[in-house]
Amino acid sequence: MDMAFAGELALNGALVGLFYALVGLGIVLIYKASGVANLSQGALAMVGGYVAWALATDAGLPAWLAIPLVLVVMFGLGVVLERVVLRRMAGEAPIMIIMVTLGIEIMLRGVVPGIWGADVKRLDLGIGQDPIFLGPMLINTAYLVGGVVSLVLIGLSVLFFGTLHGIVLRAVSDDQIAAWSVGIRVEHAIALAWGISGVTAASAGILWGSVQGVDWTLSLFLVKGLAVAILGGLDSVPGLLVAGLLVGIAESLVAGLLDPVVGGGTRDIVAAVIILLTVLIRPYGLFGRIHIERV
Amino acid sequence: MFYRRAGVRHTSYVADRKLWPLAFDRRMLAVVMVVAITVPLWLGPLYLTAWALPMVIWATAAMGLNLLMGGAGQIHLGYAAVMAIGAYASVHLGRAGVPFELAVLGGGLAAALIGSVFGAAALRVKGLYLAISTLAMQYIVDFGIAHVPAISGGSQATLQAPSVTLLGLVPVDSDAGRYWVALAVCVVVASFLLNVSRTGYGRALATIRDKDYAAEVIGVNSFRYKLSAFWTSSFIGGVAGAVLAFCYYRAITPEQFHLDVSIQLVAMVIVGGLGSVIGSMLGAAFIFAAPLLLNTGLVALVRAGDLAISQELIAHIPLAVYGALIIGFLLIEPLGLAKIYDNIRKYILVWPFRHLG
Repeated sequence: MDMAFAGELALNGALVGLFYALVGLGIVLIYKASGVANLSQGALAMVGGYVAWALATDAGLPAWLAIPLVLVVMFGLGVVLERVVLRRMAGEAPIMIIMVTLGIEIMLRGVVPGIWGADVKRLDLGIGQDPIFLGPMLINTAYLVGGVVSLVLIGLSVLFFGTLHGIVLRAVSDDQIAAWSVGIRVEHAIALAWGISGVTAASAGILWGSVQGVDWTLSLFLVKGLAVAILGGLDSVPGLLVAGLLVGIAESLVAGLLDPVVGGGTRDIVAAVIILLTVLIRPYGLFGRIHIERV
Repeated sequence: MFYRRAGVRHTSYVADRKLWPLAFDRRMLAVVMVVAITVPLWLGPLYLTAWALPMVIWATAAMGLNLLMGGAGQIHLGYAAVMAIGAYASVHLGRAGVPFELAVLGGGLAAALIGSVFGAAALRVKGLYLAISTLAMQYIVDFGIAHVPAISGGSQATLQAPSVTLLGLVPVDSDAGRYWVALAVCVVVASFLLNVSRTGYGRALATIRDKDYAAEVIGVNSFRYKLSAFWTSSFIGGVAGAVLAFCYYRAITPEQFHLDVSIQLVAMVIVGGLGSVIGSMLGAAFIFAAPLLLNTGLVALVRAGDLAISQELIAHIPLAVYGALIIGFLLIEPLGLAKIYDNIRKYILVWPFRHLG
């Protein structure tokens, strides 16, 4: 097999994997803060992409103004979702809370494309289209920019856990009731986690939207984000990076090598197979904490 | 009022375990059955095939999913994949010359086998992980069906279902006949599920739903019962898929069993009411009818008032409605339409007094 081709697939896949890690970051943040799996993360990424398109292309704002605006809007959306829906579900069975996030996902997937249209929207952020040559290998510029931005954002979130708010979040994730009893405002911490995951989802939506266009398929990010989050371990931020790279490279290699054999479409199930294998072999992921249950 | 229950006067366990101890419930059931059976006689053929038939089949599927979600407390986000396995297996059996009844049962068995393989994979984990594993199952089964030509006949192909022939002798060609076949399956499944909650099996499932490791402590083998819940539920799903293929679609394509259908089924179960048979039926009818009614209403509104509602918005309203219904019911009435029905019934039961018991 052609080594250069494989290397090219792996490199581009690794960069795309970083996008996935960005979606997974939101899932991990919310899971760490409140023990809730957020199945609406993909839809949040889609909303971020749509809002960015509406501001940058529809309203004609320059990118340097539109992008911060999108992030602010999405932070607000995350906080509002937590306040209006999730907080009222506190104390319910996990199955109910998972279903409510799925309800949010479905509703957003109906409302947003319904308002702005389901056709693919071009989101131009001024990233060049010319590929970069690395020896014989071609690297997609948009992937490179997106990968670097994702890396920076994930790095920032690691740093964030060292700040005051980050320590609060860690305390809440460790033991909500203990955190509450020492005067930490648990609700605020959880709302903060939702806000930040709105921002990370929006960043992923904008980055990926500028590559493939904005439409409802951005919400399919959910499966990739879940695959990364589960493979890395649901409560581990560094695990995200490793898992993101693994998922991205695996997806790219499998799609590049198997698609000609079986006739396309393998890209979509790599994440599903990774989820299933992780759950079977190592349910707590590569870096996750092992939970022990006692009666 | 309608209900009369002046004191509990059971003198034997049989009387105490009666499914419908109240005379009113028994009469209502009789009326409902008569109405359901005579539907083809007084409902026009268009409404029969477009409304009554699919509603009966979706109610069957929703009951199967409800056994798993409401009975055993296991989330399943890939139930449409289970139905797809049943549909494809039964249609292939039917095309190979197997009689209709055996083909449907074969579809159920295939779905139960594959469904519980995935279930067993997910049994090491629960809650969130289980939900995500079944989501993964949906994608993998979709892919398998679309990309193995031996199953689907190619990703764009349509597979014609053979016509229904009862016992290999009685051909069922009319819409009414197909409706009655679907109704019979629905009644069998419903009476099975009504009785499950009264058996030891149903009580074991309930303990697992409430706390699975506590169930383990009091001697319920939670692995075994979870697996059998997956098996039973997937079997019902497979049968429902087979009936869907034979009686309603009559030609199947992979697109009929995508993730959106799974979500629709989950919405039916939640809106209807977890763990309730009548809830599954109400939920199926509600989720099936709501977007159609809304669309009709909106189109009428657009025509009447010259409102500028885009085609895009109309096309996306069903999804938004499902989502809003799931959120709304979970927030306001987590036990769904069945609980609302139960509240009304209890109110009338003790009328003119205000409290029960």
